[in-house]
Amino acid sequence: MTTPETVRVASDAFAPPTTTTAELAPLYRQMLAIRRMEEACAKAYSNGKIGGFLHLIIGQEAVCVGAISALRPEDYVIATYREHGHAYAKGVAARPIMAELYGKKTGLVKGLGGSMHLFDKATNFLGGHGIVGGHVPLGAGAAFASKYRNDGRVTLCFFGEGASTIGGTTEGIALAALWKLPIVFICENNQYSMGTPNDRSFAVNDVSLRALAHGMARDRFDADDVIKVKRRIAEAVERARTTSEPTLIEILTYRFRGHSMSDPGLYRTKEEVEEWKRKDPLNGTREQLLALGMAETDIEALEEDVRIEIEDSVRFAEESAPADDYHSYVEKR
Amino acid sequence: MAVITYREALNQAMREEMERDANIFVMGEEVGYYNGAYKVTQGLLQKFGPKRIIDAPIAELGFAGIGVGAAMVGLRPIIEFMTWNFSLVAIDQIVNAAAKMFQMSGGQYNVPMVFRGPSGPAVQVGSQHSQSFESFYANVPGLKVMMPSTAYDAKGMLKTAIREDNPVVFMEGETLYNTTWEVPDGEYLIPFGKADVKREGKHITLIAWSKMVWTCLDAAKALAADGIECEVVDVRSLRPLDVDTLATSVRKTGRCVIVEVGWPVAGFGAEVAYQMQRHCMDALDAPIERVTSDDVPMPYAKNLEIEVQPQVNDVVAAVRRALYLE
Repeated sequence: MTTPETVRVASDAFAPPTTTTAELAPLYRQMLAIRRMEEACAKAYSNGKIGGFLHLIIGQEAVCVGAISALRPEDYVIATYREHGHAYAKGVAARPIMAELYGKKTGLVKGLGGSMHLFDKATNFLGGHGIVGGHVPLGAGAAFASKYRNDGRVTLCFFGEGASTIGGTTEGIALAALWKLPIVFICENNQYSMGTPNDRSFAVNDVSLRALAHGMARDRFDADDVIKVKRRIAEAVERARTTSEPTLIEILTYRFRGHSMSDPGLYRTKEEVEEWKRKDPLNGTREQLLALGMAETDIEALEEDVRIEIEDSVRFAEESAPADDYHSYVEKR
Repeated sequence: MAVITYREALNQAMREEMERDANIFVMGEEVGYYNGAYKVTQGLLQKFGPKRIIDAPIAELGFAGIGVGAAMVGLRPIIEFMTWNFSLVAIDQIVNAAAKMFQMSGGQYNVPMVFRGPSGPAVQVGSQHSQSFESFYANVPGLKVMMPSTAYDAKGMLKTAIREDNPVVFMEGETLYNTTWEVPDGEYLIPFGKADVKREGKHITLIAWSKMVWTCLDAAKALAADGIECEVVDVRSLRPLDVDTLATSVRKTGRCVIVEVGWPVAGFGAEVAYQMQRHCMDALDAPIERVTSDDVPMPYAKNLEIEVQPQVNDVVAAVRRALYLE
């Protein structure tokens, strides 16, 4: 068994990774598409077109995009109820996502799941789960199956820092460590568990340290650079794939909006939010692309392409027929 | 036909199914090296090895969830709860994950798995270890709930549960493991939603499941001495429920007593009573009677424990009420 002393922690002084426009531009495009998709969702919600709970990921896009870009198509991703971006980054198109939120028949899960329950078997996206921490053992289960079948797949399991204390997360991580499952646990630490800041949630404000109790590798870093996210997740993915060793990674990030659409976010100051917005990874990535030599006009063309894609998804959702079948999927026949 | 125990029947079912399908594995506390807390998995580790017979630490929420996740991507887990009492710390995985996955995913991810283990009051183990949660689980769409009463049923029903493409709650009678029954040598399967007439009679129908079937058979024997012929119907599958077989019997006898070891309020017997009055109103000659445990947590003292649970004389008294004999 690995002892805590031998566990590697990637250093925060990690040199800024080098990249190319060929690598970075598609990631920028994904992050921007997710941002625009979330903005379109907010608008539709305000207009009463989308119901229920709507948790937006605006501000955190570099986490799901960077992390999932380190995977192969056959790898699994499982996420929380703040998962539109994760589904998109795994390869789900904007159209079925938007149609699902609109409660339409053409939705990704036929209007049965909504914002919190996106699933896509074709891209190995294991869902959108609404019980905090409840999905963490499920992710470990997918990884268990990979080890059982020796299929070489890796599972990325995302959860918020607000989920890090609950039993599902604790047990899922403990069992993955015990059985050496090929999984990477990614704690997206956006500083607030709904309205509760971390200093009122944790005795020790470092979720990654919990790996030590399980002899598990860990890492902890900011989500300010999508390529950094990709590289550091790739290390853990490689460890899972080649040695079947799990890793717990905490990524520090921030959601620009409230917990959900019904949350005005009064528990944090305007200055704090503005401070994080100045570090918006989208802006940073755009500047990086320019610095790498991508022409402003090419970036604008990409941005226009995203605008068209998201507008098209909204139109598709608007024009689709309402969901009409709630009997056929209670059980597999 | 061999006479085997309920425990051996369950063991044979798992053994035979695991030989058929390499995707099946068993996970739970003490299922491997210890051979099962109740010895239901006796010898399976030796036969199938530690890859397929997996000892889990005490983390029901975690390993039940691992089962659901593994089932989503195509394995066929059998998750053993040392007893169903401990399933409550894992109920989120059963109700919020396993039962809803197929629906939540729009029909993309089904969950072919069995949650199994002993259920119902044992002997003097106190309130936290003497409970019967079938009414909880039978309430949930997306689950199937089976409760065999005999070794014959246990084997045929567990094999069906293991082959099912949806999650099954399989509750074994904790006090039934040593009971014996004739079991055929060849393979047989007992389908979901198929009740079984365990004793024929013409005066009154007794409806029960799991260990209460035995109590009803004993009551029927006692009443036969007075010339009262009870028909005993074993529900076997609570969800889906075989309303037809139950109603056919009640329409024939015109009277019905429903016996369960669980608590009375919102107990599964209340649903059965509703179905029987709905389907048999014009044939009923008396109000439907229910016999349940008392509405209290289970006491430890042996005399009190017996008093709380339905006994043969309680069933006999209910039958006599339904026959207007007292």
